[in-house]
Amino acid sequence: MTMEPKSFQLFPESASNFAPSVDGLYTYMVVVSAFFSLLVAFLIVYFAIKYRAKPGQGVPPPINDHSIGGMILEITWSVIPLGLSLVMFAWGASIMFHESRPPADALNIYVTGKRWMWKIQHMEGAREINELHVPVDQDIRLTMTSEDVIHDFYVPAFRTKADVLPGRYTTEWFRPTKVGDYHIFCAEYCGTKHSGMIGTVHVMTQPDYQTWLAHGSGEGSLSEQGESLFNQLGCGNCHVKDGHGRAPNLYGAYGTKVDLSDGSSVRIDESYIRESVLYPQAKIVAGYDRIMPTFKGLISDEGMLKLIEYIKSLGNANGANAPSRTLGSEQPDIQKSGTMAAPMSETKPAATEKKQ
Amino acid sequence: MITASPPVKETKNYLNHERGIKSWLLTGDHKRIAILYLISVTLFFALGGVFASLIRLELSTPAGDLLESNQYNKVFTMHGILMVFFFLIPSIPATLGNFLIPMMIGAKDLAFPKINLLSWYIYVVGGIFTLYVLLTGGVDTGWTFYTPFSTSYSNGYVIAAGLGIFINGFSSILTGLNFIVTIHRMRAPGLTWFRLPLFVWAHYATSAIMILGTPVVAVTLFLVVLERGFHIGFFDPAYGGDPVLFQHLFWFYSHPAVYIMILPSMGVISEVISTFSSKKPFGYTFIAFSSVAIAVFGFLVWGHHLFVAGQSIYAGLVFSILSYVVAIPSAIKVFNWAATMYKGKVRLETPMLYALGFIGLFTVGGLTGIFLSSLGMDVHLTDTYFVVAHFHYVMVGGALLGYLCGIHFWWPKIFGRMYSQVWSKVSAVLVFVGFNLTFFPQFLLGYMGMPRRYHVYPPEFQVFNVLSSAGASVLALGLILPAIYLTWSLKHGEIASENPWGATGLEWQTASPPIMENFEVTPVVTTEAYDYSTQQEVVHVG
Repeated sequence: MTMEPKSFQLFPESASNFAPSVDGLYTYMVVVSAFFSLLVAFLIVYFAIKYRAKPGQGVPPPINDHSIGGMILEITWSVIPLGLSLVMFAWGASIMFHESRPPADALNIYVTGKRWMWKIQHMEGAREINELHVPVDQDIRLTMTSEDVIHDFYVPAFRTKADVLPGRYTTEWFRPTKVGDYHIFCAEYCGTKHSGMIGTVHVMTQPDYQTWLAHGSGEGSLSEQGESLFNQLGCGNCHVKDGHGRAPNLYGAYGTKVDLSDGSSVRIDESYIRESVLYPQAKIVAGYDRIMPTFKGLISDEGMLKLIEYIKSLGNANGANAPSRTLGSEQPDIQKSGTMAAPMSETKPAATEKKQ
Repeated sequence: MITASPPVKETKNYLNHERGIKSWLLTGDHKRIAILYLISVTLFFALGGVFASLIRLELSTPAGDLLESNQYNKVFTMHGILMVFFFLIPSIPATLGNFLIPMMIGAKDLAFPKINLLSWYIYVVGGIFTLYVLLTGGVDTGWTFYTPFSTSYSNGYVIAAGLGIFINGFSSILTGLNFIVTIHRMRAPGLTWFRLPLFVWAHYATSAIMILGTPVVAVTLFLVVLERGFHIGFFDPAYGGDPVLFQHLFWFYSHPAVYIMILPSMGVISEVISTFSSKKPFGYTFIAFSSVAIAVFGFLVWGHHLFVAGQSIYAGLVFSILSYVVAIPSAIKVFNWAATMYKGKVRLETPMLYALGFIGLFTVGGLTGIFLSSLGMDVHLTDTYFVVAHFHYVMVGGALLGYLCGIHFWWPKIFGRMYSQVWSKVSAVLVFVGFNLTFFPQFLLGYMGMPRRYHVYPPEFQVFNVLSSAGASVLALGLILPAIYLTWSLKHGEIASENPWGATGLEWQTASPPIMENFEVTPVVTTEAYDYSTQQEVVHVG
């Protein structure tokens, strides 16, 4: 699909697992559309010439469109386009289903949008701004949130994008298939420097990626940073491991369903953890008292990601002490489950982080 | 071709019935109110066009060298607000619809003449709010006002702009109400529903959307004003709101609003194609009911604007398939128009040129819409220039060309004068060519991945942007010409006859310009619509 680089291009680079299927669907649609456009253009030009009014010509006889022939025509030009477009619907839907289901073993990377930059946080601790280093041929899952307005993480070469919302997490996944550097664009208008909220995805070979990671920050992995934050905030005083504390045990909790004091139940996912930290009174686990104070204003969005990653590292619904870089396969689509928790005040520095 | 106007004895008509500015500002006559609208929407269109020119000038180079980022954002926002709310939505209904619906159904006026005048004043007040925003520093939210940007972060005059659109909405509601009552209650004897011109059917469907949809956008923008002004949390998560809720509410109106813009144009095209083929429109009932079907299904597709906004994929599936369903009635219309020309007697007068241009551009606009209805395709294309190109093909290629087509078609009826046939044909061709040159490259830009609303862009996108800007100058020329020759025709144009095009509607069976009461005696309708057998002699113009 991709033409020679640097020459006249009609397709962007094709650099992800989705690109060939999206380009295929696009080609089908272009062919169908071109056919119908040319057909209509031909008909009206042909009729305009062929039936051009000549002097002395009388009024044309009315053509009875209530006849069987008229009805057949109407049905024909309704049903054929409908059939062709149902193919487009089904094809497009299957691509979207694929895009909305990240593989269980995808490498998780956190993305935070903030006017007007992309902050990227790798599990191993490396952080970057407006740049994203990823290994080729590896499934990558982005878990994204915004500190202010709605943004949208768009990589044309990967043919995928997703809105990045304040107060909830959305995901986007892809498997880069070609080493190279590609544009990241913010595709949802976000104010003055919207067109400056751009960056670069660096798709690297596995060895290059490992080298790059090794030269990352010396702050330890994301879950290690989360653990020290957990201790600094004193979370462990109540959330003790044996389950006899004043608050629920967090070991092995991630991904499970818990019963709430109001009789409903909720699955423990990123959005629920976030809500529980910022608005502890919103959903109390059955059997526990309403004693947890809010940490709103005390923890930044990035600090929240570290905490979540730490809680995930304590094991998940599978019972296994899952490695922090994977997400459980039964992990619900968090785009749908996004509960509405408030974002951090955007200027609040994560004091606790800095001490690390 | 053009002769100096002969010194005819001036006959009484709605234009000279009364004189003086007061007789216009206090008129209850639907024809005069249509003229008031014609003048005001033209002014807003010109202003919106100035902003469009600034956008295209800025984008001819990748760097932001003409405007600052903030200015650029305000420019495209004002372009969108002016064109959508103050030009496209009122354009055909409030001018041509206002003028023609009573005449087409053989009535003396709309059902509520004073409400009709009130709706124009409301429109003006809404417009003044918007001009105030413009003069005091603008607004930078985009015409879509997405939250929480608009409520908590924008540094423009969001409240005044929101109120302007809120107020303007009532104008639209009142016009729709007036049309529906008029079409139900005031048809001439013998004018059954299926003898109505397709223009009236299209406006009936449009009016239904106006009445049902407009209150939603008015309330939504009012909520934006409340959240911004008083921090009442509806949309901003910081106040406990839901940012996506806004998008649902906004598009619940603003998608059907696209049909408010395009349906009246389709009505115009049905009239014009039939007249200049001297043939009854092929599939009259299919065209009539497709308008109604578009109005109904148009309300069920708003979620296709939210495929990447965190909406559930199952909701996405429903909105996707309904978007394909709503495309079918439009396809039916296009094929029926083409079939109307078959074995007709085709005359390529100016209105017909515009109508054929409309069919071409609307077909492309509609077909590219189905790209965006496809979930997997939309993920790549949404919020890129592909979307910009698509909706300009529908709104400019469709709605604007339909408006120009209608203005050229009914101009002799409205003002009793003909315009220059040569210049008007030149204009029709320039608009068509210039439009394609402006917007076709944007489809390619969009697939390449250029996001919309970008002030500065990577250099590899420049070639298509330069093409687009070049096309925009041709388009601008094509649009300036009618302003000149149409204005000129008001004084110097050839006197038009009652029925210069050999058309069939009731409006052509009375004087040009019409008398104050439209008809000397209330017409009685005895035949189907578009009965050209009564039109043996066609006056050829030009």
